[in-house]
Amino acid sequence: MSKTTGRKTYTRANKPLVWFPFAGGGLVAALMLPVMIFVTGIAVPLGLIDAEALSYDRVYAFAANPLGKIILFGVLVLPLWHAAHRFRMTIQDLGARTSGSRSVVAALCYGFGMVFTLLCLAALLSFW
Amino acid sequence: MSRKPYEPTLPNTWWLEKPFYIRYMLREMTSFFVGAYVAILIVGLWQLSQGPDAWGSFLGVLSHPLSVIFHVLAFVFATFHTVTWFALTPRTTPIMRGDHFVPPGPIIGAQYVIWAAASIVVLAAVLW
Repeated sequence: MSKTTGRKTYTRANKPLVWFPFAGGGLVAALMLPVMIFVTGIAVPLGLIDAEALSYDRVYAFAANPLGKIILFGVLVLPLWHAAHRFRMTIQDLGARTSGSRSVVAALCYGFGMVFTLLCLAALLSFW
Repeated sequence: MSRKPYEPTLPNTWWLEKPFYIRYMLREMTSFFVGAYVAILIVGLWQLSQGPDAWGSFLGVLSHPLSVIFHVLAFVFATFHTVTWFALTPRTTPIMRGDHFVPPGPIIGAQYVIWAAASIVVLAAVLW
């Protein structure tokens, strides 16, 4: 969408669309990921927390609950897009400077975000 | 096109030149671990939707030593993300009170309190 004022033509940027998941996902990741990584990736696999904590029945009951689905979607997909956008910018910092390589990096990063968003939705919507 | 176009000469190893740049790159690289961890959990959610056996094999992968090593690294980087994200918040979203900005200290401190509370809630829910 564009708007003409006086001589200049302003085009509406798509940046806010990217920035909301970036900022929101950054905050969610900051608050939630350390404890989640500790539980699912370290404590339960090493037996510091009883394996029953992540048993099929318990996790299924949480993910089958509509509120649980909303929580899981927010906690997973917001940081996912945060990471996709930030990683894209980091690869540009590391040398993807030509217009062509920037497009490839953007397609790969946002494609990654899209694929896992759809997988997350498919998983959450497949059981109630 | 001018006859003598400007060609930037920044080498791709620019970020190794100063400790400040290295810290910047480490901070931005937290996005790799955030994205990878969230993608792993989304795959886990998909496995959950496929039944107890699929969920069991996902837990089996999480118990692999390489997985534990990855998650320890991811935990360190995620915590680094948390600390650096909290430190940036007073600059990205300054809060005005009266004629003055709220100083950074209380904003950063409040985020640590929220972080602790969120982590305790998650741990309590897991251990319940």
